[in-house]
Amino acid sequence: MRLINIKPDRTWTFALAVLPFLALLVAYLMGSAMRLAENPNDKLLPGFGAMAEAVKHMALQPDPRSGIYLMWNDTLSSLSLLLTALAVSTLIALVVGILIGLLPLVGATFGPVVAVASMVPPLALLPILFIIMGLGDAAKIALIVIGTALKLVRDVALRVKDLPREQIIKAQTLGASTWQIGTRVVLPQMLPRLIDAVRLELGPAWLFLIAAEAIAADAGLGYRIFLVRRYLAMDVIIPYVIWITLLAFLMDLALRLLQQKAFPWFAGARAA
Amino acid sequence: MNRSVSRFLTGAVAAAASLTLAFSPAHAAEKKDFKVAWSIYVGWMPWGYATDTGIVKKWADKYGITIEVKQFNDYVESINQYTAGAFDAVTLTNMDALSIPAAGGVDTTAVIVGDYSNGNDAIILKGKDKLEDIKGQTVNLVEFSVSHYLLARALESVKLAEKDVKVVNTSDADMASAYATPDVTAVATWKPIVSTILESPDAKLVYDSSSIPGEIIDLMAANTEVLKDNPKFGKALAGIWYDTMKALAEDKAAKEHMAKASGTDVAGFDDQLKTTKLFATPADAIAFTTGADIKAKSELVSTFLFDKALLGKDAKSAGAIGIEFPDKSVFGEKGNVKLRFDATYMQAAADGKL
Repeated sequence: MRLINIKPDRTWTFALAVLPFLALLVAYLMGSAMRLAENPNDKLLPGFGAMAEAVKHMALQPDPRSGIYLMWNDTLSSLSLLLTALAVSTLIALVVGILIGLLPLVGATFGPVVAVASMVPPLALLPILFIIMGLGDAAKIALIVIGTALKLVRDVALRVKDLPREQIIKAQTLGASTWQIGTRVVLPQMLPRLIDAVRLELGPAWLFLIAAEAIAADAGLGYRIFLVRRYLAMDVIIPYVIWITLLAFLMDLALRLLQQKAFPWFAGARAA
Repeated sequence: MNRSVSRFLTGAVAAAASLTLAFSPAHAAEKKDFKVAWSIYVGWMPWGYATDTGIVKKWADKYGITIEVKQFNDYVESINQYTAGAFDAVTLTNMDALSIPAAGGVDTTAVIVGDYSNGNDAIILKGKDKLEDIKGQTVNLVEFSVSHYLLARALESVKLAEKDVKVVNTSDADMASAYATPDVTAVATWKPIVSTILESPDAKLVYDSSSIPGEIIDLMAANTEVLKDNPKFGKALAGIWYDTMKALAEDKAAKEHMAKASGTDVAGFDDQLKTTKLFATPADAIAFTTGADIKAKSELVSTFLFDKALLGKDAKSAGAIGIEFPDKSVFGEKGNVKLRFDATYMQAAADGKL
């Protein structure tokens, strides 16, 4: 039998999926136990008890100095930046992307500049953004928007061009104007595709958020990680990383479900 | 789950477990090869010079050991690496020695007390020239660093507290450009960033570490256990250091080398040296390390760290981590001494017994 034809059954599928997680967990636990046996105060690989304790301090008890729940405050601060930025990016992508893809005049004018600008490494712009927009939230949102919007615009523009030419021609023979073709033929087909594109940009968006928070901030998930890094508090860093991963995973899941619920026809379109 | 599946999982997990050997901590014992980490700072530039000019090799050869000296661009990372056990010694301040390795249970000994900051760390206000004006302002600084400590001491000196200002954590690499933005009006940072910021006409220095001399101390510290099993390593470090101090005092080329390595010229380097109380001879360093002053100052630093919960979550008092001084007296808990000031190696250098 060829390797490409060997498919795991249900139990094996589950076992294979669990395996890497389990292996990581065991490797961590053993490493941690070994280091803690040597030095009970070791900070590098804290045990789960220490991490649970740290999460309790950060999430369930108010900070004695400021009286706020640090982990929720950080989460709220980070998510509001991230979601604002993603909303702006998505809107820009939808409007500009459809215009570039659908109207040859706009495409000829802005297509090349978007293509070139999307190649600028956004993190390299960060020092400039901080000078122009200050160290506050605006610069952080701008970084995420620059980092994600241009790629989304290009993606939408390409998807518009992917639409079968016949559709556009048929709509014209039925008497549709440019506006009607844009809003009634192209837009509805772009929305589910845009969700796909946004899902892929979630990773970069988090990356830019954390990079920006590391440089100047007074709250946020990335801020906390880079702050406690100063005293090697892995018992805080590891739960925060897991928490960020979980948030990103849930956002991805939510977008996928939204796509399924709002555009049930799209699964068929994708398969075609 | 069927049997072959569970057998497969068990086997794979066992394989993963064997990988964890990579995580195992370094064991102290007599050894021949040592690793030292340092980062760019005026008081530590001699380590780079000593490596490049063969002083390190000369002393390592004398004791039949090898010493690998690695420069870090990121100061905190060098301390973290030392704390994790990847390095035997590191350059750091007394405050960071307490809050990172010592609080992490790594018993650390200050082999060389190199200098203390005597104006190298400063608070700068934009357009205001009195420290009192800091009240109500947003202060950009590297949180939990010596700048934060300096701010706490400065506020104390004018009867203010940290709640009277708003602290924003800002990376040191971006401090100078942050100052150029309109919404940044107060910063606490160190040289050479201080010098860069003071070039702009509206920048006024309102407080610096010359007001708290001897509190921010720069050390070469080594793992106590490694040192105990390998006194040669400590002796070699002292030998390297005082040879280099001599070169810095006598040889113009040495100063040029260090200035260049820290990205400035001799004038810029002199400007930093001016605000650094460098102990040029072992006798000076010993006098400071064995003096009564250092005990009171260590207590101030411990108190700051305790207030910021940096001595560990279980710490009940500023003395939760014991600090031992050369006369074997201890500040704080005697059962939990994790930071030691030891004049042995500097003394050997002073006596010419290296």
